[in-house]
This record gives sequence, structure tokens and C-alpha cells, in this order.
Amino acid sequence: MKALSLKRRHPLAAIALLLLGLLFTGGLYAAASTANQAKADTQSYSASDVAEGKKLFVANCSTCHGMGASGTQAGPSLVGVGAAAVDFQVGTGRMPMQMDGPQAQVKPAQFNEEQTHQLAAYVASLAPGPSVPDAHITDGQGDAAKGGELFRVNCAMCHNAAAAGGALTRGKYAPSLHGVSSAHIYEAMVTGPQNMPVFSDANISPESKRDIITFLKTIESNPSPGGAELGSLGPVSEGLFVWTAGLAVIIGFTIWLTSRSS
Amino acid sequence: MSAVSTAEQSTYQAETKFGRFTDFVDQRVGGSGILKEFGRKVFPDHWSFMFGEVALYSFVILLMTGTFLTFFFDPSMAETHYHGSYSPLYNVEMSVAYNSSLNISFEVRGGLFMRQVHHWAALLFVASVSVHMLRVFFTGAFRKPRELNWVVGGVLIILAMAAGFTGYSLPDDLLSGNGLRIIDGVIKSIPVIGTWISFFLFGGEFPGTAIIGRLYVLHILLVPALILLMVAVHLFMVVVHKHTQYPGPGRNDRNVVGYPLGPVYAAKAGGFFFIVFGVIALMAGFFTINPIWNYGPYDPSPVSAGTQPDWYIGWVDGALRLMPGVIGAVDGYRQHFEFIIFGHVLTLNVLLPALVPAGIVFTVLFTYPWIERWITKDDREHHVLDRPRNAPTRTAIGVAGFIFYCVMWAAASSDLIATHFKVSLNDVTYWLRALFFIGPVLGFIVAKRVALALQRKDREIALHGRETGRIVRLPHGEFIEVHAPLNDYKRYRLVSFESPKPLPAQPNSHGVVDRKERRRAKFSTWFFEDRVAPITPAELEAAHAHGHHGEVESGEETKSLSH
Repeated sequence: MKALSLKRRHPLAAIALLLLGLLFTGGLYAAASTANQAKADTQSYSASDVAEGKKLFVANCSTCHGMGASGTQAGPSLVGVGAAAVDFQVGTGRMPMQMDGPQAQVKPAQFNEEQTHQLAAYVASLAPGPSVPDAHITDGQGDAAKGGELFRVNCAMCHNAAAAGGALTRGKYAPSLHGVSSAHIYEAMVTGPQNMPVFSDANISPESKRDIITFLKTIESNPSPGGAELGSLGPVSEGLFVWTAGLAVIIGFTIWLTSRSS
Repeated sequence: MSAVSTAEQSTYQAETKFGRFTDFVDQRVGGSGILKEFGRKVFPDHWSFMFGEVALYSFVILLMTGTFLTFFFDPSMAETHYHGSYSPLYNVEMSVAYNSSLNISFEVRGGLFMRQVHHWAALLFVASVSVHMLRVFFTGAFRKPRELNWVVGGVLIILAMAAGFTGYSLPDDLLSGNGLRIIDGVIKSIPVIGTWISFFLFGGEFPGTAIIGRLYVLHILLVPALILLMVAVHLFMVVVHKHTQYPGPGRNDRNVVGYPLGPVYAAKAGGFFFIVFGVIALMAGFFTINPIWNYGPYDPSPVSAGTQPDWYIGWVDGALRLMPGVIGAVDGYRQHFEFIIFGHVLTLNVLLPALVPAGIVFTVLFTYPWIERWITKDDREHHVLDRPRNAPTRTAIGVAGFIFYCVMWAAASSDLIATHFKVSLNDVTYWLRALFFIGPVLGFIVAKRVALALQRKDREIALHGRETGRIVRLPHGEFIEVHAPLNDYKRYRLVSFESPKPLPAQPNSHGVVDRKERRRAKFSTWFFEDRVAPITPAELEAAHAHGHHGEVESGEETKSLSH
């Protein structure tokens, strides 16, 4: 103890104290907060699922993602992306990727549900990561109004207020969310596919994500009370409609009114 | 004197009850005199003359539906919570204005339909005003004596845009608030006074609690009153000038050939009102417009993808989108279009695109009749219109302006072009930036060449007749295509136009050719040097005399006359 007290006026003592303090508060926060904790996969996968998934992975994914999913020049490492990322990317047909481009595009899924499940089991077995949501999150029974507010603040700037999609830079885009399953919406939020940011549980709690899904499913299942939606794209499609269909009909009538029987 | 006064005493006795009633009114109001004057106004028949009418009828529909909407709209920015029937917004905090707009849409019987009629009519109103202006420009209807009416029309389209924009901002949804934020940004970019104007307009820092009420007063009182006034002036001048007409046999600058207002045009126009109303009502009944419930209440933080103004403001929004924020890099430092002068920020990357293109468009629009009058030195009255091809340079100028507008217009939807045609948003912007400068020039050249080519085609047809597509082999083996000559009426349209030659510099009253006049002569050369001369009677005579296939022709002629 004496040795320590002798060194208390050492030039580096202040820095050491600061580091100790930071370590202590940071450690305390990490221990107290579970928000950023990588959750262990709650869904149970059997050993045979993992084994089958590994076979599928080696045959279909390893060219880009590497043996053991550790990544290559052509594709990122999948260690720790979790089952949710696999279920989203493979389940929506984005992976295996059809072609290089600004971002992976939706296409008919290459693997059936069981194979997707097995691939997810394999990737989830590599390291803990976000899991496939349970039925409570995706049941669509949350608060649509609160979900709408969260959607407008967090999602609408890319996906459009009516979730009709929008453009990003250099050929990238935020897709329309109509027809996207509740599970895939949740998985996109927790894994941040393509150019989408990750909305962690600290950012938007699982219950709030449930509200957002409820909002999206509500507006999807209720057609516009005003008639045909014209793509929900706002004033551009409205302007296009009045200049083409509206004015064309009017011009048709003007020609009829001023024509002479000959 | 007494003879005159007895003549004024009406001896007419109406036979029916209704006749006696109308006679009573007529003797006190003098309606028959007005009806006699107006009823005999002659209007020429052409579909392109009816866009002004479409605009007028849309405006009437706007007044009617707008009145209905004022019964239920509350322009207050006080905060409230929504408790209506649209569940995705239930209990969301919002302004009273947005709440009342939602209630009009979901609670008031027929409210959503009325809102949609109002909005579709607004889009059609500005569209028909625009098409009407294009028609007037390309046919040269703005020439003497109608220059001032052209200016009134220009004021009307600005007022129409103002009416549209103030209305767009009223529901206080996310979309309208984003639009207002852009206007606020543009106002604040004005040097020195910008911030003061913004604070004055919004009653403090944006968005404040005053703007919706203020825009409401402008939207339902001031702007429509000004539009009504301008429409009255516009129509009064139409009556004074009489209507223009397209060239044709028997038509000249001293007459108007067409049908009288009563009964033919009164019936047609009255019916046409209901047609326009019907078309708008069908659009409103079947197609959603401005689904405010999608956008949510205004909140300055979120901006939705696909946020655009209504189409008529789109070109200004597009100009802002086209403007680069950064102009290259000097010594590795990015050069911004933003300067700080004596503590005042001069943001040219907002100020330039917001004001310069609109300034160019409206300056040229308002001064064009005088520009052309100065170049051509044409001080005659024109009541017969030009076919656009017969004024190639004017048509080219119009097309150049149209393309200039359309490039900016397209830029306002650059994000939707990118997503729907699967191209890069950046590439769309780069192409449109290039087209902003190159497009009008290309449009000018192409339009002028097309106009001249069409004139040459007209000349060919007038001289040699219409190609029938029938190939005939003559006895000595030669193949010819039979040409059917036009009848006199059809030919008249093709030959009866002016094609002035460039007017050289003229000496002024002192016998001096001054510098301004020499400049005018240069413009005159530019305006008229490429010309296709109309056919002279001698040329027509010669063309017909050398027609060695006259027998075949005569057969065709009877055919063409028979239909």
C-alpha cells in the first residue's frame, strides 16, 4: 500500500485515475444496462439443423462469404449477424445475390422455409446475434398510432410516409414496405440490411418495433378512403395524372364540342 | 323632341304571364340590350380556344367547393389530440388545423369528396391556365392589340400559383409543413432582410403559431379576390378585342368568323361547364389526392421521401434540387456557394436557383410581346393567328422556354425518376444539370428546323397536291405516284400566311442609323433569315400548267371533293 501512496504524485497518476474511473463507470453501465447486450439466440436449433445448414452454406454461400462464414473480398463476414439477418436476406430472396449492383434486390426466394431455417441455425451457431422474432412481436396487435409516429420520425425519410419507398444515392433505394412480412420488417430493423441503419433495442424497443409493424400492417390492409392511391407517391403522381388522364379527357371533349358534322 | 319620347314609350304587350314578368324586369334593368350586344358576340370554333374556359370553370368549382370547406376548416395552430375515426392517428398530438382537415376527410359527410374535388380542380385550374398560355404564345395571339391581356394572363398564372401554394400549406400535415420550410429557407437566403421577412411572416422563428391563419386569409380572401378581379379584366378585354381566329378562307384581321354567343355558344359553354365539373368529380370520386392522413401532423424533424410540391411549384423545387451545393475543390478545400460578408451569410446555393430561373421565365414572359414588336417593327393589329410553323423563330423560342421549364420540372421528381426507371439519382441530377443549359438550345434548333420543314411540306402539298400512295405505270413504262390536288379551301390554309424578310436597319427622323437600330436589324435577321416563302399565284399557276398527269388528277379531285 505504501508503494502505491508514494507514487500518488507521479505525473501519470491523474491519467491512471481517469482511466480507472472511466473503466469503473463504463463497466457499471454495461452491467446495469442490457440494451446493447448481444442476445443469445432464444430460438433453439437442433444439431442436425446446424449440420444441414453448414452443408447448404458451403455449397451456396461460401464463394463470397468464405468457408466458416468469415468473409472474403466479395462478401462480409457473417459471424455474429445472427439468425435474423439470414432469415431476412435469404427469406426475401436477396441472398444468394443475383448480380452485383448498388444493392441486393428482392427476387423469388431460392431456399424453402426449412432450408432457410437450417442456414439460420448454422449462422446463429457461429456467434450470438439477433434472432428471428417471436410471434408476439409480429402479431400486429400493437399501437398503430404510436407506431406511425415512430415510423415518420425514423423510417419515412427513406421509405416514404406511406411506406411506398424512395431513392437513395447512386442507384441505391429504400424499397416499398407493402407486402413485406412482419418478421422481415422486424429483422430488417434489428440487422440493418443493405444501406439501412440498425435500429437496436436501445434505439427502438422491441415493443415499439411491434407498434411500427402494427402501423405498417394497418395502412397496408386499409385501402385509401379517397379512391385509387396512384402509388402513394404524393404530388408527382397526382400532377402526372392531371396532365395526362385529366387533360386528355378534357381535350377529347373540346374536340368533340368544336367538331362539325361533315 | 316629343316624337322621340313617344317612340321610347314601349307599346309592346306581352301575351304570357312569364312574358309580362320578363318585360317588367327588362323595362327597369335593360337586360335585352345587354343580351343583344353579348348574344351577338361571335366566337370562332376551335378546340384549342377552350382552355381558358376550362380554367374559368375550374375556378368556379374551386370557389364553390372552397366555400364548403371553409365551413369546417379551423386554421388554428393550437395543439390538440386527434380522437376521430382514423385509427393510425388516434390520440396523436397535432394542430387544430390538421385535426379539422382530418375531420373534413373522415367525419364530415361528403367532406373527403369535396376536398378531393377542390384539390383536383386546383391542379386542373393551373394546368389549363398553362396550356391556354402556351396556345396564346405559339399562335401569336399576344400581338397587338392583346399585349396587355397577355400581361394580365401572366399575373393570373402567378396568382394561380399563389392560390395553390397557400392552399397546399393549410392542412398543416407533414407534406405542407415541409413545403413551408423550403419557402422559409428561400426567404432567409435573401441577403440582409431575409431573416427579418421570415420572422415577420411566421410571427417569430419557423414554424411559429401564426402562419396557418395568415395563409388562410390570403387563400380564401385576398388571392381569390385578386384572381376574380383579373379574370374580370381579362374577359372584358376579350370582349373589347374580340376573339382571334385561325387563318382560313374568308377570315381576316377585320372580321370574326364563328358562331354567335346566343344561342350556340351559350349552350356549348354552359354544357362544357358541366362536362368539366363531371370530369373533376369523377377524378375526385375515384382517385385519391393529397392523402393527408398518410403524412401525419407537421413536425419540423421528419421529412418523408417523395416530398414534392404540387406540380405548378415543382419547377422551382427542381431548380433547388439541380443546384450544386459545392463547386469543385481548390487546394483540396471544397468551395461552397456560400459567402460571409460583414457577418451576413450570402447563400447563393439557395438564392440563385430559387430566384434566377423564375426571374428569367417571368421577365421573358411579361416582356415578350414588346421584344417581338421591337424586332419586327410590326405595329399592325393581328386578329388572325399564326400557325406555329409559320413563325419558326417564335415557335423555337417558345419550345426553348418550355424545355427550360420542363427540365426544372423533371428535376423536382428526380428521386421518383431514379426509383421507377432504376437509374442512379446522381446520374439523373447530372443529366438534368447538363440539359438545363443544353436542352433549351437543342430545343430551339430542332423546333425551328421542324417548323421550316413543315412549311416546306405545306408548300409541296399546295403546289403538287397530296400524295395518294397510288402508283400508276404509264404506257411507256414510267411509274408515277398520283397526287391529288387540294380544294381551294384547304389550299388557302397552306398559302395564306406572311413570311416577312429581315428588316434592315432604318434611319431615324434625323436620317441617322443609330447603334440601337443596327442591333435591332441584327435581331431581325436572326428572327427572319430562315424562311420559306409562301406560294405566289404565279407559282401555283406554273405548277399546275406543267402537270402532265392532269387526267389522273381530275379523277382524284372529284373524289376529294366528294367527302
